Amino acid sequence: MELGTQLLQYLLSGLATGAIYALIGIGFSIIYNATGIINFAQGEFVMLGGMVTVFLLKAHHLPLWAAIPLAVLIVTLVGFLFERLAIRPLRKATPISLVIVTIGGSILLRGLAMLIWDKDTHSLPSFSGDDPITVAGATVLPQHLWILGITLVLITLNKWFFSHTISGKAMRACSCNPRAAALVGIDVRRMVLFSFVISAAMGALAGIIVAPLTMTSYDVGGMLGLKGFCAAIIGGMSSGLPTVLGGLILGVLESLGAGLISSGYKDAIAFIILLLILFLRPQGLFGKPESERV
Amino acid sequence: MLKLKNINTYYGKVHALKNVSLHLAEGEIVTLIGANGAGKTTILNTISGVTPASGGNILFQKEEINALAPDRVVKLGISQVPEGRQVFKSMTVEENLELGAYLRYRARDAKAAIQKDMQEIFQLFPRLDERRRQAAGTMSGGEQQMLAIGRALMARPKLLLLDEPSMGLAPLVVQEIFRVLQQLRAERGVTILLVEQNAKAVLKLADRGYVLETGKVILEGPADELLENAEVKRAYLGKDKKEIWER
Ligand SMILES: Nc1ncnc2c1ncn2[C@@H]1O[C@H](COP(=O)(O)OP(=O)(O)OP(=O)(O)O)[C@@H](O)[C@H]1O
Ligand SMILES: [Mg+2]
Repeated sequence: MELGTQLLQYLLSGLATGAIYALIGIGFSIIYNATGIINFAQGEFVMLGGMVTVFLLKAHHLPLWAAIPLAVLIVTLVGFLFERLAIRPLRKATPISLVIVTIGGSILLRGLAMLIWDKDTHSLPSFSGDDPITVAGATVLPQHLWILGITLVLITLNKWFFSHTISGKAMRACSCNPRAAALVGIDVRRMVLFSFVISAAMGALAGIIVAPLTMTSYDVGGMLGLKGFCAAIIGGMSSGLPTVLGGLILGVLESLGAGLISSGYKDAIAFIILLLILFLRPQGLFGKPESERV
Repeated sequence: MLKLKNINTYYGKVHALKNVSLHLAEGEIVTLIGANGAGKTTILNTISGVTPASGGNILFQKEEINALAPDRVVKLGISQVPEGRQVFKSMTVEENLELGAYLRYRARDAKAAIQKDMQEIFQLFPRLDERRRQAAGTMSGGEQQMLAIGRALMARPKLLLLDEPSMGLAPLVVQEIFRVLQQLRAERGVTILLVEQNAKAVLKLADRGYVLETGKVILEGPADELLENAEVKRAYLGKDKKEIWER
């Protein structure tokens, strides 16, 4: 294959994985903006999305089109309960103790997944077959297109929610100035609950659409969570476009690194970017210093 | 309309309000004056449900509202314009005003009524109209104060609590804001509780006043009497406050 075609190939598959990182990253950012904490259980929502779908398909023989929304619903419920049982009772706690609670929650969810199901890796069928499609000499799988399409829809919905609905604006108000938000009558605790619900749903969908490509198991949440976190850090913890770009950049760099250097370096790239950003541009790649996070 | 009886509020062990009692009749403008740390902000936040009192009663239109959550208090018709304006800086002027009406969105036909009220706010403060799409944080202090007042009005309050609205503003802007407060009372019958350090100007605007010192009400009475009161003159109306502190 020519270098040009090869690069295009890496670019396309990198964009698809990057889209997944973007969705996970947005989940991190939404909760961060509502609460000021990093939810280390975010990767577990992603894992649960894939695993619950596999379980519904295999054990309950549901068709894919029914299993997916049901799985999203179940994981959303997990996010809801997680906030109600683990986060809300500690609302007065310091951020660091809340972060530790989310780490605990992450270990718990992972353990439960292992107990309920198993330690094996599972595959999910592609949404519409595996016949590759040729684009200017490079090949993409139909699942890649599904990923890009669904991500585009979710990001558009997300953008619409935060800039055109009163609930979305109320969530932004809470992250901007919680005291003032309470004074106009916004129930800040409800917005925190909302943020967990939305993030769980987005994480679950990310986990479902990526599972046909990468397989899934009880422990995929750790690495996917880290990649999503990296996307959010590149994006300066924005719940909008900057984090989407962060995810895409990370996905493409990983894919290029794996293809041109060695696949052994793939996961190291996220760590290196994470450290570089935190040291050199803690406000994110695109943010001005001290700018408002939206 | 509003009655506080023997209110005690604590921040941990700090006893910020000690047996505070005060009342407002419908349509009154009442001011609360006192030095830094006297507890003025705490009184407003106790009414708003942000720092609930540990003892005492707050009656609003004969209903007990002590320890209600802030959103319930707003719903009953009490809005606060907080100290330091506290607008949503990264959001536009329009969005700030919409958020002021947050609790009204669930009602039927809410959107049209909210739009209409927003137009009224723009008539009250034409400068906000010019800046609809601008991020609130990029406006001047006076404009942010107008926005904070407009945001509170979007909830259609019967009682408006204002915390040092004149702080850091040029005299001309302060005049404009005080004029709007008078207009609100005259045209809409809004009752106003106004916290100020700028005692002279506010006592000319208000009907009655309370003087607060270290968490206690030490004086109360009609505004014109307070203006003439020797104690108030010494502590709050001196031409140069610093001189008095240093003495
Ligand atoms: N969050 C808090 N934690 C502990 N103590 C507080 C807190 N907020 C206020 N206080 C204390 O309560 C007392 C009253 O404070 P408050 O803010 O009500 O005063 P104020 O009259 O509004 O002052 P200023 O004119 O400076 O705004 C002060 O002694 C202050 O130190
Ligand atoms: Mg104060």
